[in-house]
Amino acid sequence: MSYLEYSVKATPTGLRKVLYLNWPLAILLTAVAGVGFLMLYSVAGGSFSPWAEPQMKRYALGFVMMLIVAMIPIWFWRNMSMLIYAVSLAMLVLVEFFGTVGMGAQRWIDLGFMRLQPSELMKITLVIVLAAYYDWLPMNRVSRPLWVLAPVTLVLMPVWLVLRQPDLGTSILLIAAGGLMMFLAGVHWAYFVAVIALSIGLVTAVLQSRGTDWQLLADYQFRRIDTFLDPSTDPLGAGYHITQSKIALGSGGWTGRGYMQGTQSRLNFLPEKHTDFIFTTLAEELGFIGGISLLGLYTLVLVFCIASALKNRDRFSSLLTLGVASTFFLFFAVNMSMVMGLAPVVGVPLPLVSYGGSAMLVLMIGFGLVQSAHIHKPR
Amino acid sequence: MRRPTRDNAESQRRITRRGLIIGGAQATFVGLLALRMRFMQVEQADQFRLLADENRINIRLIPPARGRIFDRNGEVVAENVPSYRITMVREEAGDVDEIIARLARLVELDPGELERARRDLRELRGDTPVTVADRVTWDDISRVAANTPALPGVTPEVGLSRRYPQGPDYAHLVGYVGPVSDRDLERIDGPNQLLLIPRFQIGKIGLEGRREDLLRGKAGSKRVEVNAAGRVMRELDRREGEAGADLQITIDNALQSYVHARLAEESAAAVVMDCETGDLLACASTPSFDPNLFVRGISVADYQALLDNKYRPLPNKAVQGLYPPGSVFKMVTALAALEDEKADLGETVYCPGHLEVSGRRFHCWKRAGHGNVDLHLALRESCDVYFYELALRTGIEKISEMARRLGLGVQHDLPLTSVAAGLTPTKDWKRANRGEDWMIGDSANAAIGQGFVLSSPLQLAVMTARLATNRNISPRLIKSIEGVEQPSESGEDLGLNENALREVRKAMFAVSNHRRGTAYSSRIIEDSFRLAGKTGTSQVRNITAAERARGVTSNADLPWERRDHALFVNFAPFDNPKYAVAVVVEHGGGGSTAAAPIARDITLQALYNGDPPLSAYPAKDRGRIGTQQEELRRTRPQSAPDGSDRA
Repeated sequence: MSYLEYSVKATPTGLRKVLYLNWPLAILLTAVAGVGFLMLYSVAGGSFSPWAEPQMKRYALGFVMMLIVAMIPIWFWRNMSMLIYAVSLAMLVLVEFFGTVGMGAQRWIDLGFMRLQPSELMKITLVIVLAAYYDWLPMNRVSRPLWVLAPVTLVLMPVWLVLRQPDLGTSILLIAAGGLMMFLAGVHWAYFVAVIALSIGLVTAVLQSRGTDWQLLADYQFRRIDTFLDPSTDPLGAGYHITQSKIALGSGGWTGRGYMQGTQSRLNFLPEKHTDFIFTTLAEELGFIGGISLLGLYTLVLVFCIASALKNRDRFSSLLTLGVASTFFLFFAVNMSMVMGLAPVVGVPLPLVSYGGSAMLVLMIGFGLVQSAHIHKPR
Repeated sequence: MRRPTRDNAESQRRITRRGLIIGGAQATFVGLLALRMRFMQVEQADQFRLLADENRINIRLIPPARGRIFDRNGEVVAENVPSYRITMVREEAGDVDEIIARLARLVELDPGELERARRDLRELRGDTPVTVADRVTWDDISRVAANTPALPGVTPEVGLSRRYPQGPDYAHLVGYVGPVSDRDLERIDGPNQLLLIPRFQIGKIGLEGRREDLLRGKAGSKRVEVNAAGRVMRELDRREGEAGADLQITIDNALQSYVHARLAEESAAAVVMDCETGDLLACASTPSFDPNLFVRGISVADYQALLDNKYRPLPNKAVQGLYPPGSVFKMVTALAALEDEKADLGETVYCPGHLEVSGRRFHCWKRAGHGNVDLHLALRESCDVYFYELALRTGIEKISEMARRLGLGVQHDLPLTSVAAGLTPTKDWKRANRGEDWMIGDSANAAIGQGFVLSSPLQLAVMTARLATNRNISPRLIKSIEGVEQPSESGEDLGLNENALREVRKAMFAVSNHRRGTAYSSRIIEDSFRLAGKTGTSQVRNITAAERARGVTSNADLPWERRDHALFVNFAPFDNPKYAVAVVVEHGGGGSTAAAPIARDITLQALYNGDPPLSAYPAKDRGRIGTQQEELRRTRPQSAPDGSDRA
């Protein structure tokens, strides 16, 4: 059923919409962010500055943004999807020329009050545009090659731009998110099998390209792959992150070393302890109990999103909600795999917990869409 | 746009199915993450905990404070003073040149030291602290400490550094410490961890080197928590080390300082021994050098200057220097002959000025000869012919045996570097070392302490003490360790013929108290402190027959290094011997003119425990001696020289 068919009367209006908000989801998100504040307070050595306080302000801003996005009817977002995609893509092109260089990659547009990472924004934009595309596309055409090629192009354009930055982590996340959207929309199995086989071939090619003049990845990315495969080869150099991260995580034990007592993070053995590696601090200080609790919170966020999606009879809403949930999943799954030594260090933050503006705002906007879909679902 | 309901229902089903598949996959992955977390945090927790502790806990050695050294009256001879230095760690500094440039704006950096530091920073492991500036002032240290944020990798450190407040007076005896060298490490089996601490100092020569075992102490350790940059965050626990043992040496600082000043710039050595205990009260070798220079690391130019100095400041002439004892040896020959009953006390020998021995003519120093001489006169006036005669009768074996009983040709056990054994020749020795048979002429030469006989000033002092007491006096340098008095090994009866000994002593008394004695001009007037001695003048060249015919060239006309060595030994007071003194002035000329006055002055200084009254000197010398005392008081440092100019 499309949104045009359901009774507009049944849809809440004005401030009544607040009552129809998916409150459990909002509370869960706040709980996850709360864990973040707690850990940022700890890694700063028991201080709100420099991380916990700005993070709280950003979350407040993000929460307001989520509410605003949620108040706007979901069909508005559907109609705007192509425009949003075009703007995001334009911004990605923009960082190619005007972006600020940070951490070895061009990623930001400095807006004055905050730095915007268009590649972060693209993660949600891609979900919106693909959801809209499959909402528009009749079911019988979903698996036709030409109609498969169109979304693939939508995915690969930003991926190519992000790879040029170069940001391998985000590129992979974009491909994965796009792939998941297509899978959810019902694209035939065979395409995925073919793509997976192809990507295995591609990985081989990438690894083979090393040292030649058509080298496909930057040297630092190759080194990260090397040290991921065998961190012990360079424990003080490039493998340092993974080794120290595993030590911190493992030394936590069942109950951890106590809040603000983690030696690995407090003595600076942990790299980027407030951003990508914040989970190790949590696992070190609060142990398995703490780690599994956060994992539980994340899983509950997924469960509430999927439940909301499956109950929603609007195709765009369902796809969007599942897409946002999957992106969220990809974030924390990749980040945790990375700190546990299951994946290379690719620079993916722990959603809502890691210190950082863009990622959090973009996610909250995504959850705003999920809320909007929830509020404006056909009744 | 409207869509057929069929399509809608179909799509809804598909999305639900695919959504559930994805949800299931995600749940599986979450499960995997949970399992992985459980594996690392529960199964492998102990292992990772250990690794975390290894990360954060460092064991650091605490270098022990080195034992101090005091003189017999408790005056400080070697001490530890806080020293401040600035170290730098390359890995933490990042841009080494930039940091050094910043540091140079705060502290004056020595170009030589900086050169070495730069090399070390380049070549050593990145996490090794390298000393950039040593012995900086407290002001410098505070300036650096205040600016640490701008100086990553730079640490101001406080340590202990050795200082020798008496300067050159103990350079040979106590020696000096210096940083452990590669050669030191090779020499030591299973080197202590302590020695690997950069710039750890160990004793190099002298007492510092030989009693390193006592002085070093034992290292303590502390466990510290460090951060990733290696900076110490806090101390977890510490095990105190053991400071090195404080040593008290038998030297009397006032006397040692006087002896050094009295020998002045002569190339000379003097030893003062306690006749009772064998305690070395003074043991000097001049010229000397400032041991503090070595602690700091002596410059190449300074070291080369010491090596090039023809007066050889580096070796300890008092125990290492070997000289033909000359006439000082005559007591040995006399006692050997008397003991062996090859001569009688009353017997006289006729001295015509020379003696023919197997076709070779051996001269007496007095060309006209002494006429009829007995033992007393022979020693008093140092007649050579008398002793040639005695030696021919007694033979070298007996003479050398007596020499060894008196402490010559024996390596005395002192904690000093290269204590020389000297040489008391025997027939076997000559055959083994020279491949020649012993000649009768060799015995004649040995009788007057020439030829093969070699002894050190220390040995001559021991000989004199034994002659004075007829007891087996052995030299001793360490008086007490950590306040525990060390036993004296001296005291055993030597078992020499008392009658013979009495005559020898009387003759020695006459040497400096009879108007014809060779050291009469260096006598002591004070009756209770009269000294008994013996002069010696040992040739360092052969006097050819031609030269002798021309008339022997006087010492003053010879170049320094060909002049005779001047020697004098004595004990005092004569009737109750307390001190034995031996003085050797290298190439000083005659024993009576160059060595005896020094020995007399030292003896008086010891007897009076300070400057003696002028009344102890012969009347005609008092004016000159007064001026000399004045002079020495001025040159002798009243307060300790500052051994740590920059600290």
